[in-house]
Amino acid sequence: MKKTFRFKIVDILLILMIILPFVCGMVLRVLTKPASEGISISGAMIFWPNKCDPGSATEFHLSEATVNSWLMIVAITGVALYLTHGIRRGVKCRRTLVAEWIVEKTDALVAQNMGPLFREYSPFVASIMGLSAFSSLSSLVGIFPATSDFSTVFGWALLVFVLITYYKLKGGAWNYIKGYFEPIPFFAPLNVIGEIATPISMSFRHYGNILSGSVISALIASALGGLSRSLLGAIPVVGKIPLLQVGLPAVLSVYFDVFSGCLQAFIFAMLTMLNISGGFPEELFNKRQEKKAERRLKKAGGAN
Amino acid sequence: MSQIAIAIVLGCCALGAGVAMIAGIGPGIGEGQAVAKACEAIGRQPEAKSEVTSTMIMGCAIAETTGIYALVIAILLIFVAPGSFAAIVKSF
Repeated sequence: MKKTFRFKIVDILLILMIILPFVCGMVLRVLTKPASEGISISGAMIFWPNKCDPGSATEFHLSEATVNSWLMIVAITGVALYLTHGIRRGVKCRRTLVAEWIVEKTDALVAQNMGPLFREYSPFVASIMGLSAFSSLSSLVGIFPATSDFSTVFGWALLVFVLITYYKLKGGAWNYIKGYFEPIPFFAPLNVIGEIATPISMSFRHYGNILSGSVISALIASALGGLSRSLLGAIPVVGKIPLLQVGLPAVLSVYFDVFSGCLQAFIFAMLTMLNISGGFPEELFNKRQEKKAERRLKKAGGAN
Repeated sequence: MSQIAIAIVLGCCALGAGVAMIAGIGPGIGEGQAVAKACEAIGRQPEAKSEVTSTMIMGCAIAETTGIYALVIAILLIFVAPGSFAAIVKSF
C-alpha cells in the first residue's frame, strides 16, 4: 500500500505532537528557571499568579507540575494517535504491531490481576501507567517531572480511591458500613484509618521514590562539582570546568530515573488493579444481583 | 537571641531528618529477605521465574512503604520545616 501525500502530512503533524510538548517543557524550564549558582533542589515553580502563598490551599495556582502533566497528556495522545493512524483490517505494519502489543499486554495484565469482570479497566490502567512513565522519564530531557510533585500523584491516588469505594459500595451500602465493624466493633477506628491510608501510601510511595532519586542525583552532582573544584581548581583553564561531574551522574540516572520511573509506573498500576479488584465483594454483589432479578421477576408476574 | 533560637531550630531539623532515616533499616532487611526467598524459589522452580519476580517486586514495593514515609518526613524536615519554624521563632 502506498502512502498518500495527505497521510504523510498527518503523520508528520502527529510526530510533532509527540515531540513538541517535550520541547515546550524544555523551553519553559530554561525561560523560567531562576539563575542560580550550582545545583539547587527545589519544588515545582508556580507560574501563575506571580505572587502567591504556596501554602494556601484555597487559592488556585498554576504550577510547573500541572503544566508539565498537561504536556505529557498531549504527548501520550500524540503517541496513541500516531500508532493507530491508518490502521486497517488485515494490513500489518510496524506501528500496528506495536499498538497491538501494547493493547494485548495490558489486556493480559488486567485479566490476570483483576479477573474477567473488570476487563474494561485496561484503558484506564494503561493510561495511568503511560502517564506515570512519561512524567517520570521526562526528567531525562531536563523537564521537572510532574510525578515528583506530591499533588499530581495524590490526584491519581484519590481517583483510585474513589473507584475503590465505588466498587466496595456495589456490595450494598449496609454491607460497606458493616465492613468497618469487622471482625469486632472495637476495630472501627483502625479500619477507617486503614481505608484512608490506601491513597496516602500509594501516592507517598510513587512521590517518594521519584523525589528521592532526583534529590540523590542532585546531591551527587553537586558533591562531584565541589570535589572537582577543590581538586582541579588550581589548574588555570581546566579548573573552571567541573570535570568530575562527567559520567557518574549519568550512570546513576539510569537507575534513579529510568529504572525507578518505569518500576514505579508499573507498581502504581499494579496497586490500582489489586486495590480495585481486591475491595470488590464479588459474592455479595452476585447475591444482590440475584435478589434484584427475583424482585424484577415478581414485579413482572404481578403486572401480568 | 532569636538568631541562636533559629540556629537551634535548624540544627534540630537536620538531626531529626537524620534520626528519621533510621527507619531505612527495616525496609532494607525486609526487602533483602524477600529477594533472598525469591531467589530460592526461582532456583527451585526456574519455570515460575516471571511470576515470582513480579510478585517479589510488588512485595518489595509494599515493604518499602515505611521507609518512604520516613523519607518524606526527612525531606519535610529539611526543606519545609526550617522555614516555617524560623517564621514562628521570629514572630515571638
